[in-house]
Amino acid sequence: MPEIAVPTMARSRRANIFARMFRALKLPTNDPFAVAGLLIYLVFIITAIFADSIATHDPNEILYTPAYDLAADLRPGQEGFVMGTTSLGRDVFSQLVYGSRSALLIGITAAFMVALIGSVIGLVAGYFGRWVDTVLMRLADIAFGIPFLPFVIVLAAFLKPSIWNVVIAMALVLWRDTARVIRSQVLTLRSRGYVEAARVAGSSHFKIILRHIAPNILPLSFLYGSIAIGWAILTEASISFLGFGDPDSISWGYMLQDAFASQALAKQAYYWFVPPGVCIILVVSAGFFITRGYENLLFPKLGR
Amino acid sequence: MTESLLSVRDPLLSVRDLRVSYQVGRNFVHAVDGASFDVPKGSITGLVGESGCGKTTIARALTRVMADNASISGGQILFDGKDLAKIPEREMNALRWRDIAFVPQSAMNSLDPVYTVEYQLGEVLRRRGGLDRRQARARCEELFEMVGIDPGRLTDYPHQFSGGMRQRVAIALALALNPKLIIADEPVTALDVIVQRQILDQLKELQERLGLSVILVTHDISVVAYICDRTVVMYAGKVAESGTMQATLTAPSHPYSMGLRNAFPDLQSAAAGILTPIEGAPPNLANPPAGCRFKQRCPFALDLCGAEPPVIEVAPGHPVLCHRAKESAALRIDAARTETWMASA
Amino acid sequence: MNMMMGKATRKTEVLISIHEARLHYAVGGAFAAMRGKSTVVKAVDGVTFDIRRSESVGLLGESGCGKTSMGRLLLKLEDTTDGTIHFDGEELTKIQRKRLKEFRTRAQLIFQNPFDAVNPRFTIRQTLSEPLENAGIKRSEREARIIAALELVRLPEPAQFLDRYPHQLSGGQLQRVVMARALILQPEFVVADEPVSMLDVSVRAGVLNVFRDVRDRLGLTAIYISHDLALVRYVCERTIVMYLGRIMEDGPTEDIVHQPLHPYTKALVAAVPVPNPDQSHDPLPIGRGAPDPRNPPSGCVFRDRCPQAFERCAAEVPQPRPVGTRSVACHLF
Repeated sequence: MPEIAVPTMARSRRANIFARMFRALKLPTNDPFAVAGLLIYLVFIITAIFADSIATHDPNEILYTPAYDLAADLRPGQEGFVMGTTSLGRDVFSQLVYGSRSALLIGITAAFMVALIGSVIGLVAGYFGRWVDTVLMRLADIAFGIPFLPFVIVLAAFLKPSIWNVVIAMALVLWRDTARVIRSQVLTLRSRGYVEAARVAGSSHFKIILRHIAPNILPLSFLYGSIAIGWAILTEASISFLGFGDPDSISWGYMLQDAFASQALAKQAYYWFVPPGVCIILVVSAGFFITRGYENLLFPKLGR
Repeated sequence: MTESLLSVRDPLLSVRDLRVSYQVGRNFVHAVDGASFDVPKGSITGLVGESGCGKTTIARALTRVMADNASISGGQILFDGKDLAKIPEREMNALRWRDIAFVPQSAMNSLDPVYTVEYQLGEVLRRRGGLDRRQARARCEELFEMVGIDPGRLTDYPHQFSGGMRQRVAIALALALNPKLIIADEPVTALDVIVQRQILDQLKELQERLGLSVILVTHDISVVAYICDRTVVMYAGKVAESGTMQATLTAPSHPYSMGLRNAFPDLQSAAAGILTPIEGAPPNLANPPAGCRFKQRCPFALDLCGAEPPVIEVAPGHPVLCHRAKESAALRIDAARTETWMASA
Repeated sequence: MNMMMGKATRKTEVLISIHEARLHYAVGGAFAAMRGKSTVVKAVDGVTFDIRRSESVGLLGESGCGKTSMGRLLLKLEDTTDGTIHFDGEELTKIQRKRLKEFRTRAQLIFQNPFDAVNPRFTIRQTLSEPLENAGIKRSEREARIIAALELVRLPEPAQFLDRYPHQLSGGQLQRVVMARALILQPEFVVADEPVSMLDVSVRAGVLNVFRDVRDRLGLTAIYISHDLALVRYVCERTIVMYLGRIMEDGPTEDIVHQPLHPYTKALVAAVPVPNPDQSHDPLPIGRGAPDPRNPPSGCVFRDRCPQAFERCAAEVPQPRPVGTRSVACHLF
C-alpha cells in the first residue's frame, strides 16, 4: 500500500506536511522477508490493476467449448482453459485474476479504515486525555467485547450481502487495537518537551498533533494497517465460504465456497480450489511479512 | 611514560596506557586513548571530565562490562597481581562483585522492578556469596543499616523508594560481597543537593569504616572537592592530569583543569562573581586532531602544541599532559582572568 | 490588591501577582477514588508573592517542592485549582482565547533538557519558525528574525546552523537554540527551568552568561528554577525557597546565601557543593528522607525533618512574616 501512496501524496499542494509525514514512513527494505512480502504484493497489485487484460474470459460468463458443449469441469489445459473450468463452466484462471481485485480492494480499504479510525481515535484520546480519553477508551473496551466473525455475519444479514460488509465491520470493530496502541504512544509523545514547547510557542492543538505527534505515530498506523489487510482478506474468505458473501462478485473465498458446494474435492478438481487457497495464504502472509519488517523498523531490539 | 612518574606506593589498581575503542560502522573511535593512573588502597579517586571524555568508558572497562561494540585494544589494568585487561572472562566474572563492584548512575537500572529489594539482594548473597537463607537475611539487614535505610523496608519494591533511597540500595548491593574496590558512575548526579550531600557523607563514612577503595566517576569538581583524595582529570580520551585532590584543585596544572575551576560557581565566595566558560567543544574522537587534544580551546596553545604533549611531573605524584606544564604556576595567574578565556574563543 | 491596580494603570510596577495559588491533583485514578483511597497531591499549596518588572527571581527547592509546578502555573500550562495569578493585571484562568495567543508571545519557557525540548525531526530553522508562524510574522521576515535571535544568544555564525538537525548540535549549542526560541518573539517574561542541569560544566557558564546578558539587555522579568543555590545566586537578585508546595523563605539572594534564616534554607545552603578542598564536612542540619508530597505532615510541612521543631510546629501552619529584608514562614520568627 505505501508504494502507491508515496508519489501521489508527495506531489500534492500541501507537500510540506505530507512530505514530512512520508519521510517518517520508511519501507522495511532491510528485511528479506519484508522484501518478499512487498514483491508478492506488487505482483498481486499489478494483477488486480490489469485484471481486464490478464484474464482470458469474463469470470462470470458461462462458457462453451467450440463444440457448443457446456465447458464444465474441464481440466487445466483442456480446450485452452489455462486452469480449467468450474462445474458451471466458468474459467478458474479468470476468476482467480478477478479475485485478486476484490481481495486487494477489501484489504486496502479495510486497512485504510482501521488505520485511519484507529489513529484518529488514538490521537484524540491520548492527546486530550481526561474525559475524552475515558469515553473513547470505554468505547474501545466495548469493541473488544464484540466477537468479530458473528458480528460480520449479523451485519451481512441486516445489510445486503456485499464485500463491503467486511470493510464496514472491520472499521467498526478492529480500530480498537490500533487506537489502544497509538494512544499509549501519544501519551509518551505528549510528555516530550517539544510538545510543551510548541504550546508555549502558541501553536494550536491541531497544529501540534499534525506537526509534532502524527509523524511519529504514522509508522505504527501503517503497521496496524498492514495487519488489517491480511485480516480483511481472511475474513472475507470466511464469510464467503460460509455463504454470506456477495454472489455477484468474484472473490477467492467465493471460489472456495463454489468449489466446496460443487463437491470439487470429490471430483479431485484440485486446480479449482488449491489456487485461491494458495493466493489467500500468499497475500495474507505477505502482509504479515511486511508487518514483521515494520516491527523491526519500529522496535529494532525486538527481532534480532 | 615511565613508571616512576605515576606510581603511588602499593596501589590497589594500576591502569597503564589503557586503550578502549568502539567500533562504529567500519571506523574505530578511541574513547580511551592511552590512560594511566593509580588507585591507592583505602582512598577515593575522582575520575572527572565532561561527557564523552572517556570516564564512563574507563569505569566500564575496569569491570569489563562494556557495550557490544567496545573492546579493550591495549594497555593493562593491574589489580591484585592480575591484568584485568587480559584474564579470561570466567576469571573476570569471579572478580566482579566479589572484589570489584559497580554502582550505576541510575539505581533503577540495576534493580528489577518486579522483585522486592530483599529478594534481589538475597539472590546475590546466596548465589555469589554462598550464604544460606538465614545468613542472607541477616546480611541484608546489616547492609541496609550500613547504608542508612530502615531494614523494615527490605520487603519493598524498587519503585517504592525515592531517588536517594534507591541510590543507597544500589550502594548496599555493591557492598554485598565485601568488595575491595567500588566503581561508582555519577552516583549523585541525578539527585538534589541535600540528598546528594547525604549520600556522599554515607559513601565516605563507609569507605573509611570498611577501608574500601572507591573510583568516583563525576563531571562535578565540587563533588571531588567534597570527598575525593585523588583526582584524575580526563579530556578527550586522555588523562590531562592526576594527583592529590588538594593539588589538582588548588594548583591545577593543565589548562583544562584551570578552565574547569573557573566555570564553577562557588557559594563560599563573597560575591557571585563571573563564571568563565571554556568556549568550543571537545574534538571528535573518531578523528582526533594531532598533538594536544585541548589546543583548539586552550588560551595558552603555542605552535609546539601541534606535537604530542609529554607527561611532565609538576610535583611528585602529579603528572600533567601538557607541553607547558613547567610554566603552570604562571599560566594559573593568567587563567584566573576571564579575558584570557574570551580571547581564545 | 492587584485587581484594582491592574486595569487602571497598565504599566504597573508589579508584572505578576500570585495570591494564595494552589495546584492540587488527585492521584490513584477513579478506582482508588471509589475505594476512598485516592490522595490529593498539593503540588502548590497557598503561595503568595509578587514579581516586579525586570526582576529575576530564583525558585529554589528539592524535587517535589512544587517549583516546576509553580513555573507551569505562571505560564498557564496548568490552571490553578484555587487562588489567582494576575499577569499584567489580567487573571490567567479567565484569559480569553484571543488574549491567550497574545499571552503566549509575552511569556516564555526555557527547558531543562535541550535534547527533549526540540523536535528531533525538525531543522533549527523549522524549530525557530514555529513561534514566528503562530505570531503571524511574514515568511520573508522570518529568516532575519531567526538569525537575530541566534546572534542574541551568541551562537557563532548562526547561518550555518539553520538547516542542521538537533542531533548535529552539542548540548550547549542546542540550549542556546532553545533560548533563542524563547526569546524570538521578544517576550517580557521568561521561566527557565533548570536550564543548565543537563549541560557539561565547561559550557554551563557560557549559557548562564548569555541568560544574564539577554535578561539585562531586554529588561526581562525572569523566573529561574533550580535546586542549586550557587546557580540561582549567579542569575537572580531574589530567591524564593519552596518546600512541599509552600514558600519557606523569600528575600534578596545575597542575604539568603550569607545568612539563611529558615531552618530548611540553612540546610539547603549548607548542602550546596563548593569546588574548594577546604569546606565543612559537618552533617547537614536536616533529617534524612525525602519530602513526600502525598503525605505531608500537619502544621509546618518541614517539621519532620527540622532539627528545631517544637510542639507548635505540628499544630499550626506558620504564616510568612517579614523579617528584615525577607519574609520567613517559620514559628521561630
